Amino acid sequence: MGDAEIIPIGTRGRPGRGTGTRPSAAARNLAGKGRSGAAKPDAPTEKPDSAEATPADEAAPSAPPADPPEAQSVIPLLGDEVMPLTPSESAAPAISPRLTVTEREAPGIPIGDWLSAIQAAAREVFGDQWESQLAHFLAFLRRRLTGDYVVDEFGFDPEITERFFMTALRPIAQKWFRIEVRGAENIPTTGGALIVSNHSGTVPVDALMTMFSVRDQTDRYLRSLGADLVFRLPFVGAVARKGGATLACAEDAERMLAGGELVGVWPEGFKGIGKPYSQRYKLQRFGRGGFVSAALRTQVPIVPLSVVGAEEIYPLVGNVPALARLIGVPYIPITPLFPWLGPLGMVPLPSKWLLEFGEPIRTDEYDDGAAEDPMLVFNVTDQVRETIQQTLYSLLMQRNSVFK
Amino acid sequence: MSGRTVLVTGVSRDLGRTCARSLANDPSVERVIGVDVMPPRGDIGDVQFVRADIRNPVIAKVIAREDVDTVVHMSVIATPGSAGGRGTMKELNVIGTMQLLAACQKAESLRTLVVKSTTTVYGASNRDPAMFTEDLEPRRPARTGYAKDVAEVEGYVRGFARRRPDVTVTTLRCANVIGPRVVSPVTSYFRMPVIPTVLGFDPRLQFLHESDLNRVLRHAVTAGVHGTFNVAGDGVLMLSQALRRLQRPGVPLPGLAFGGLGSALRSARYADLSPELVAFLTYGRGVDTSRMRDMLGFEPRYSTEEAFGEFASTLPPTGGRADRVLAAVAERLPEVTDDRPPALTVTGGSDG
Repeated sequence: MGDAEIIPIGTRGRPGRGTGTRPSAAARNLAGKGRSGAAKPDAPTEKPDSAEATPADEAAPSAPPADPPEAQSVIPLLGDEVMPLTPSESAAPAISPRLTVTEREAPGIPIGDWLSAIQAAAREVFGDQWESQLAHFLAFLRRRLTGDYVVDEFGFDPEITERFFMTALRPIAQKWFRIEVRGAENIPTTGGALIVSNHSGTVPVDALMTMFSVRDQTDRYLRSLGADLVFRLPFVGAVARKGGATLACAEDAERMLAGGELVGVWPEGFKGIGKPYSQRYKLQRFGRGGFVSAALRTQVPIVPLSVVGAEEIYPLVGNVPALARLIGVPYIPITPLFPWLGPLGMVPLPSKWLLEFGEPIRTDEYDDGAAEDPMLVFNVTDQVRETIQQTLYSLLMQRNSVFK
Repeated sequence: MSGRTVLVTGVSRDLGRTCARSLANDPSVERVIGVDVMPPRGDIGDVQFVRADIRNPVIAKVIAREDVDTVVHMSVIATPGSAGGRGTMKELNVIGTMQLLAACQKAESLRTLVVKSTTTVYGASNRDPAMFTEDLEPRRPARTGYAKDVAEVEGYVRGFARRRPDVTVTTLRCANVIGPRVVSPVTSYFRMPVIPTVLGFDPRLQFLHESDLNRVLRHAVTAGVHGTFNVAGDGVLMLSQALRRLQRPGVPLPGLAFGGLGSALRSARYADLSPELVAFLTYGRGVDTSRMRDMLGFEPRYSTEEAFGEFASTLPPTGGRADRVLAAVAERLPEVTDDRPPALTVTGGSDG
């Protein structure tokens, strides 16, 4: 029975290492005299799944003579505590040595050690003020669990955005894409403003990165406008609303801008992110200029933003239009890595990103009815589009390589 | 003009009854006449009850005989419930309103018509703006059920307002009414011990406290402001947040299963998850109430949060174990003084 506990570390109960015919001298010395005969027939027949079962079954008949010296010599420390219980009955020793082994692991570390380890860990994570920090953290958890928090009318949840989304995006933005932000001083620090950006990258990662960068640079939240598809998808829509997004429609855009929010819009939409890699950095049509009328109506400045690097994260080389129509999405991307590598293909390529915020385009100098003048709206739209396109070209000139 | 005579339809149900009673307590109102096909179940105080069916022309005689100058139309019902099947419900809602409006058009003495409508007319879809103003149409016109009934009722009311420009017509689009005594599809949904939700969606909800509903109807009767107004408590509540405040466990189900569950619960008469309620619990809805404040001049006493809180306090929690555990742990730690602390300062840098 002793071999159930001791020998499985090495040779599964078989003597020696290679031949298996004759136990080594060390093994013979270790094994008790009574059970050397029992071990021999057992050795050649290797039953892998009964390896745990056999010792326990065999233990009961063969144990009584061999057990006391065996346990005393091999099982250290804790075996002493169990010994007084064993000798009385023949069935008991089969169970009690097993108990000693399992017990050895649990109370092996005293509770005091556990507590001090937890305290040390808490100190490591939360710093020296760990008690109050942990209390704060618990208070936060309880607030979340009891629903004691406030969301705004668009469903924006600042607490969860700050604590989870921004924290999760930070390493991606800073370590993976190594985002470099230029012209952050062009983002107004107060009041409503509309940030207009190019859209690329197959998956709207650029929107997330822009949201993070704006928060990082200005301490303001970027409220993005998303397509209706975003809000039709489960999870995506719910997370988008919690992160401050809302539907890209005139009512919501004007409501947010009038409320003094910093609103982000990607007027190219799916034409922008779903364009093939061969057309990278060529701006698509800027919607119907709805974002300009919204800015004109609320008289907020338009900040053009050019993003370089997002095009290369998922180079779109193919599409499956029939399948896309079937599912009801604008396109099914095929990149050099996806779907061939499966989930691994979903890892974005680590391109180097440059974000340049341009000079704000003022809209408060136009007349009241300017938003109703289609020609003016088209002109302003073209002005924004040209600005972004020119900035893209100059950023591309400055860029040494895609990944550096 | 003192001593007004108000006719209230739909007094057999709780909301209509309490509204009629609160109108009867108003000093500027002399008489309140309650009309319904069934007698009210509770105490109606000073309200004079007339058993009449608004689906037939008898209602015109009641209006003419009692010299009614104000009609409060509250008998647009959300669920077939006690009325019978969907056919009866539609009959009550649409034909009843048509007959009532026909009678109103003939009544020379009529000065004010107040219609209790609902925000369900806006529907709920993924293409909705965050906040509906009164001028916005639903993105997808309702094809069935309560929402379609209400849209038709509102259409007839608009037609009536055109034909009788001398009558002040106030349409109140009320958010979901909630309160300890309210029985409605939404409250029965929240009264379930385990609450099913749609997997991956977290709708925004708005509520109106039952006492605020009575107040706004009274206000509309006395103020006499023409137009359509959204009525809802301030702020929004996410469904997940609402469940946590109820301390009831939610079970997320895929969208299709949720719809199927709706019909199963309906046949079991446990809760009524109609298709428009399923859409509401998937995409949520918010309405803009600035017109209610500025033009109607009404201020709800309860915010959405407070109204729901009062409702929640009457229900025994069936979950919330995690919070109790955390509360026990938190007791051993020092008191947290500042309420919303800034971001945690994590040692080891912020770029991890």
